[in-house]
Amino acid sequence: MDKKVIKYLAWGIGLLVLPLILQQFGNAWVRIADLTLLYIMLALGLNIVVGYAGLLDLGYVAFYAVGAFGYALLASPHLTENFPAIAAMFPQGLHISIWWAMPLALLLAAVTGVILGIPVLKLRGDYLAIVTLGFGEIIRIFMNNLDQPLNITNGPKGIANVDPVHMFGVDFSKPHNLFGLEIPSVTLYFYLIVVLMLLTVFICYRLQDSRIGRGWMAIREDEVAAKAMGINTRNMKLLAFGMGASFGGVCGVMFGAFQGFVSPESFSLMESIMIVSMVVLGGLGHIPGVILGAILLAALPEVLRYVAGPLQELTGGRLDAAILRQLLIASAMIVVMLLRPRGIWPSPEHGKSLVRKS
Amino acid sequence: MEILLQQIINGLVLGSMYALIALGYTMVYGIIQLINFAHGEVLMFGALISWTCVGYMQEHMTYLPGWAMLLISMLIACVLAAVLNFCVEKVAYKRLRNSPRLAPLITAIGMSLFLQTVAMMIWKPTYKPYPALLPVDPYFIGGAVITPTQILILSITVVSLALMVYVVGYTRLGRAMRATAESPSVASLMGVKPDMVISATFVIGAILAAIAGVMWAANYGTAFHTMGFLPGLKAFTAAVFGGIGNLAGAVIGGVLLGLIEAIGSGYIGDLTGGVLGSQYTDIFAFIVLIIILTLRPSGLLGERVADRA
Repeated sequence: MDKKVIKYLAWGIGLLVLPLILQQFGNAWVRIADLTLLYIMLALGLNIVVGYAGLLDLGYVAFYAVGAFGYALLASPHLTENFPAIAAMFPQGLHISIWWAMPLALLLAAVTGVILGIPVLKLRGDYLAIVTLGFGEIIRIFMNNLDQPLNITNGPKGIANVDPVHMFGVDFSKPHNLFGLEIPSVTLYFYLIVVLMLLTVFICYRLQDSRIGRGWMAIREDEVAAKAMGINTRNMKLLAFGMGASFGGVCGVMFGAFQGFVSPESFSLMESIMIVSMVVLGGLGHIPGVILGAILLAALPEVLRYVAGPLQELTGGRLDAAILRQLLIASAMIVVMLLRPRGIWPSPEHGKSLVRKS
Repeated sequence: MEILLQQIINGLVLGSMYALIALGYTMVYGIIQLINFAHGEVLMFGALISWTCVGYMQEHMTYLPGWAMLLISMLIACVLAAVLNFCVEKVAYKRLRNSPRLAPLITAIGMSLFLQTVAMMIWKPTYKPYPALLPVDPYFIGGAVITPTQILILSITVVSLALMVYVVGYTRLGRAMRATAESPSVASLMGVKPDMVISATFVIGAILAAIAGVMWAANYGTAFHTMGFLPGLKAFTAAVFGGIGNLAGAVIGGVLLGLIEAIGSGYIGDLTGGVLGSQYTDIFAFIVLIIILTLRPSGLLGERVADRA
């Protein structure tokens, strides 16, 4: 058999078995794996914007929020409870199917991305970063305050009772029995998110080598030259924003369905910064690198949470799990960047523009 | 009318604090093109150090008057903050001067997070009430009130700004700073030591941030480990607003931003018929930022860095 096929098979079996092994140690570990996968997807989505097109976006989490809140509104009792008109229209309650929610969220997030893109097209580098950051904050402030006068987002309290995923007659919120093997809800979600993640990886690879991808990289390397070569930089940039955002939207839907609860707190600026850090830490524009970065920054802290107990006792409670976690993430960000400024696993050929010109 | 006057006073006070912080941002950005995300944390450290000092003095040196405590604690905070920022630059930014642009940005974010965590370990993650050290009886100006603390803030800002204008415009160090901002390599040919200039910039920025931090705590009566984040962000906005790398721009941007915020939050309820309330205060900074950068990408007074990728 071909070497490549064997490699893929090994990966496939590994991903199939991983949650089954993890669940032996408790569902919390599978949960960590699920969230890590979500972060991988988010990081890959942002990688399109930052890594390929070279547009530093610090408000990426806004699109994640758009997807999550979009799904939460359409698949929870919140709207019917607060708006009699909607309750009259949908006496059974709004329970949008995931098959509708996914494309809808994708579209909504993409449109939001393009809308954000239009006014900031002219900006570059740090200016773009700070404006996107501001945009993310504006969205978060609105999410936090749109419980008056119309209760749309339920403010800081968030929206609860979000429907879990129903697919092919399977309710993802309940454990299932397969050949005598107990498969809990978190493991089911793992498989679903893995499929989405693999799809994301596939799309990213295809994009990278496509005309569009090469156009983005040309813009990243030298915008003026790219324009001179006939690349429509405006449309390409908007496309990058839109595509990146649509990934975020899909992740948001998964997040909402998986948690069953959505609140503005999950979409803070810190989250955006975390995703940017994943991309940069791993290796800007290099898919395996980005995945590695996401795994490191998403999974490591969660694992540390379990290890931190003894340390906390050692230091008399001064260094508790949350603080230790933050300390280690922060130090990791500094140390890794000092030792490997282009990321842990940088792309072998691209990234010339990342060297400062002057 | 009284509301307007009051909001203008509040806006000026707020804006002058933004201006102090923005100066540090803009000087650092002007010289090494780095958004020093940890700048807000220097402010926070300044405030918390001063809180500790004031607490100590209130216990052991009760004979000191309130204003003296404030000044002494501010001095200590400035010195320690300067040392801190000096170290931050040496540890996190110095080695990355010729690296990909995003690398120092990530270390800056990491440093910001790191300093917050350290502050959390030292001071515990609780809100600290900052004692009222100056008299609280307000003065009246045409129906609007202004507290002694606010007057102090305004005067300290004016003095610091005058000092900055002098240092940057008329001293050897200032000339070296401007030369380094223009081109570090050419400056070094002229006998300027860019490393020293950059360190000096970080030290000066830290002193201004520490002053702003102490004033912030004194004005709002509280200090806590995440207090630096939002002022830092807004000050950066102010710096961009005024044209980053430009000292006068930072001051004008800061004051304007403060005014816009104060007046905006005072009137937003009336303007929108009560639909949006003062909880939307924080969005003004960002909306202004987006509008300004769309219409005039180099900021109000900026011209140099408009095309810098």
